[in-house]
Amino acid sequence: MTAAAALLERDVPVATRVLTLPEHTIEIVSDSGEGAQKCGQIFGAVCAKMGNGVWTVEIIPAEIQPPPRIAEGASGIRIRFATGPVTNWGDQTDLVVAFNEQVLVGRHLLGALASDAIILLENSWASNPDPDIKAAWDQALAELSGYGYRIIEVPMEEQCLTVDDNPRKGKNMFALGMLAYIYDRSLERIEEQIAYAFRRKSEAVYAKNVALMRLGYGWAAANLDFRIEIPTTPPQQALVVMNGNEALGMGALASGMELCAMYPITPATSVSHYLAEVFRKFGGILHQAEDEIAAAGVAIGASYAGKVAFTITSGPGLALKTEFIGLAVMAETPLVVIDVQRGGPSTGLPTKVEQSDLLAALVGQPGDAPHVVMAPATIEECFHSVVTARQIAETFHTVVVILSDANLSTGVQPFPRPQLRKEWLAPELDLSPVEEGRRPYEWDPRMGTSTRPVPGQPGGMYTLTGLSHDEASKVAYDAGIHQHSTTMRSRKIAVLQQTLLRPAIYGDHEGDLLVVGWGSTKGAIEEAIDRARAEGLHASSTHLTFLSPLQPGLKEIFSRFRKVMTVEINYSDPPGEPFITEENRRRGQLAMLLRAQTLCDVDCWTRVPGEPLRPGLIHAAIRDATIGLAGGRA
Amino acid sequence: MTSHCAILPIFDDDEREFALNDYEAGMPRWCPGCGDHSVLTAVEKLLVAEQLKPEQTVFVSGIGCSSRFPHYLKTYGFHGLHGRALPVATGVKLHRPELEVFVVMGDGDCCSIGAAHWIHATRYNMKMVALLLDNSIYGLTKKQTSPTTPQGFKTNTQPFGTPLPPLNPLTTTLGTTNVSFVAQTAEWIPAHLYATIRAAYRHPGFAFVRILQRCPMYTEGLYNETVKNPGMVELLVHDDGVVPPEIDKIYTNRITHDPSDLDSARRLAEYSDRIRLGLFYRNENRARYDLLVRPPKVTSSERIALLNEELDHYAI
Repeated sequence: MTAAAALLERDVPVATRVLTLPEHTIEIVSDSGEGAQKCGQIFGAVCAKMGNGVWTVEIIPAEIQPPPRIAEGASGIRIRFATGPVTNWGDQTDLVVAFNEQVLVGRHLLGALASDAIILLENSWASNPDPDIKAAWDQALAELSGYGYRIIEVPMEEQCLTVDDNPRKGKNMFALGMLAYIYDRSLERIEEQIAYAFRRKSEAVYAKNVALMRLGYGWAAANLDFRIEIPTTPPQQALVVMNGNEALGMGALASGMELCAMYPITPATSVSHYLAEVFRKFGGILHQAEDEIAAAGVAIGASYAGKVAFTITSGPGLALKTEFIGLAVMAETPLVVIDVQRGGPSTGLPTKVEQSDLLAALVGQPGDAPHVVMAPATIEECFHSVVTARQIAETFHTVVVILSDANLSTGVQPFPRPQLRKEWLAPELDLSPVEEGRRPYEWDPRMGTSTRPVPGQPGGMYTLTGLSHDEASKVAYDAGIHQHSTTMRSRKIAVLQQTLLRPAIYGDHEGDLLVVGWGSTKGAIEEAIDRARAEGLHASSTHLTFLSPLQPGLKEIFSRFRKVMTVEINYSDPPGEPFITEENRRRGQLAMLLRAQTLCDVDCWTRVPGEPLRPGLIHAAIRDATIGLAGGRA
Repeated sequence: MTSHCAILPIFDDDEREFALNDYEAGMPRWCPGCGDHSVLTAVEKLLVAEQLKPEQTVFVSGIGCSSRFPHYLKTYGFHGLHGRALPVATGVKLHRPELEVFVVMGDGDCCSIGAAHWIHATRYNMKMVALLLDNSIYGLTKKQTSPTTPQGFKTNTQPFGTPLPPLNPLTTTLGTTNVSFVAQTAEWIPAHLYATIRAAYRHPGFAFVRILQRCPMYTEGLYNETVKNPGMVELLVHDDGVVPPEIDKIYTNRITHDPSDLDSARRLAEYSDRIRLGLFYRNENRARYDLLVRPPKVTSSERIALLNEELDHYAI
């Protein structure tokens, strides 16, 4: 028994059963604004700090304040934690804390709950004076009773009212206390994390939250007949734990970039929330521009005049920045664009994950505008991708688009603490005089690269232009110049491609099926591959970090598998649907790209569920895809 | 600052003197009679008078006839996108506050496609000179209606006459929160043009100058009467204003206007029978975004130490 449990020993019921499991997935769901996410973030961080593998995903309704007590308004968080590493949000939830029965029904209807899920449900609604609420409660419980769920009614509001007279505030800390009891989390660490979460609030707020948490802990100890142990393994190396947007922001700090221009857009904005707090002391400026276009323009203006600058956006913003991205390519001004993708087109699903911006990021610009597109697959890669993107943008004087997504943006995962290096930082500006006669676009004919003076360098004066231009940056009136400069801008992308590594293969290097993915789906795909291989299927996967240029060796790798299939969170026509033929079938965006680049018959399995792909669904798709292949089942 | 090349002069202790040809680059390709020529001449005169270092000076423009402007100067230049000169200039100035920034825009550029940036740049009030070269027409694309085309004027997109009254760039700018400098001048009065641009350059903030211009191709005759008849012009005069003595005898219609009086500036800026030139408004005490957000200088060792502190917050 831990010291924390001993503290409350007198309340522990005699017949407590302890289940020891390798992993568990929990959800806290509530109406918007009840703090379920804060509760889950604290719990997830504590699990990570105690030595569990962790992955969290926020469940965010599309509106800030949807009407209370409706199924589609469910707001909350899922935390999957395990003795070993966790790379994705898993399939279904084993334990749920729900603040009302309607949001619980919402999760049930989405198939988010395991058939034997344990549910801790606020029961004040059962005795609500409003007959409609009472009826809704009865109906929901009748509906849910048809499944294998174990529903435990918890008087959260009644309990919390003993500490705080606002029942809407505080349930989240009560829930945190219950979870701390169930999973035997260190109360010291929990309180430390509460202190960090409320660091800008008063001591009284902290004390009240701790009291509520302890109340939940005590209630659980006195009333629950089970605890669950997910053994922890102390980390072998220094780890940090954060979400993908914090990792992108921190990566920007580590890259030495000094100017970020952005316009608020979900789910990218929290990168700038993070930077807004710290960037200034790092010598940086976070500029909230008047619109997405201006944000791109400000970043390009800064890049032209000095160190590489960056802008952060999501799909609709990427569309607005298109013309400026084209200018940066044409003028060969370095620029880093971070696109935290959400569901589209148009306003689409602002808070939900999708990987539908790939083609827009690759070829969205009118005219020939070759540039670099890369996609981090993990929280750790979110950090490092910004450092790499800055270096590539500067070396090749080009645009680098980083495609993150809503799954990575709020996902929290521990990763090895980056060992910071000075060479990651953008070099100081060289303002020394420029040799006489040097022209601003002296393309290296072999590499396609060229470097320009920055304002302040005597003798380097030139006028950058978005018009087609010659080596002196003079407007080109000659078709030959346009052919040559277009070749040079393309050439340097080929040079970059030659420096990239072949993608790693997860599983055997040959077999029946190769799954190809990109971005945040990596963990779920690899878990699905593990399951498929465990049942004898000859399936492997590979995950692409670079989408433009594509990493080398793809055609050769593909040739070693009987079938190649992408798994993506974007739309493709399912074969067999009305009117869909081999000829008119619209395929996943990476599949389209790979077919064009490799001339291989790349198939795809894609979905747009507005949530991360579950490994179980990918596993089923792998099974379907391997049916009839020569190797079949081993 | 060190030179990598021994044969190059070192400019550290700057004793260079800049003459006109240190700023001139190439032969402008504007039409003969285009007002852009006069503005270029006035700007070159300013560069010489103020001895601005060519390498420390950046001209940012959009797209349109007037936006070719940076190509004709031997300073740094950025000839970017239609309507987007101000965001680029904002980026230059935020990141490199020591640079002298000038923005050259046409009426379509500033008042139509880039109108959002115009309003916000006015509010940011960063130190830069914004020149609106307003010829009341789209010239480069051949005679389409611009926001400042006079009502009834026939263009290729509105061949039966422009239906709406023109937008007034002065009242729009003067109506923006944190506005700090608004002036109007005309390319056919070189002394006034130069004096106005110089006052704009000396202003510690966002200095907006609307320059009335003739387009010999598409708005020929628009200002014919005004050019011929100084009686159609009214000069705003004040001890603190822009009043070049050379034109005393020609332009005798005068209104005394204190440029610190915003209400009066807004009234005088409304369109009237006469064209009013001069300094409408100047306030040197407005909030300046470029000064407010300027971060400290941080060395790479300090950065790494700070980032390690940041990572400590997230350490397990």
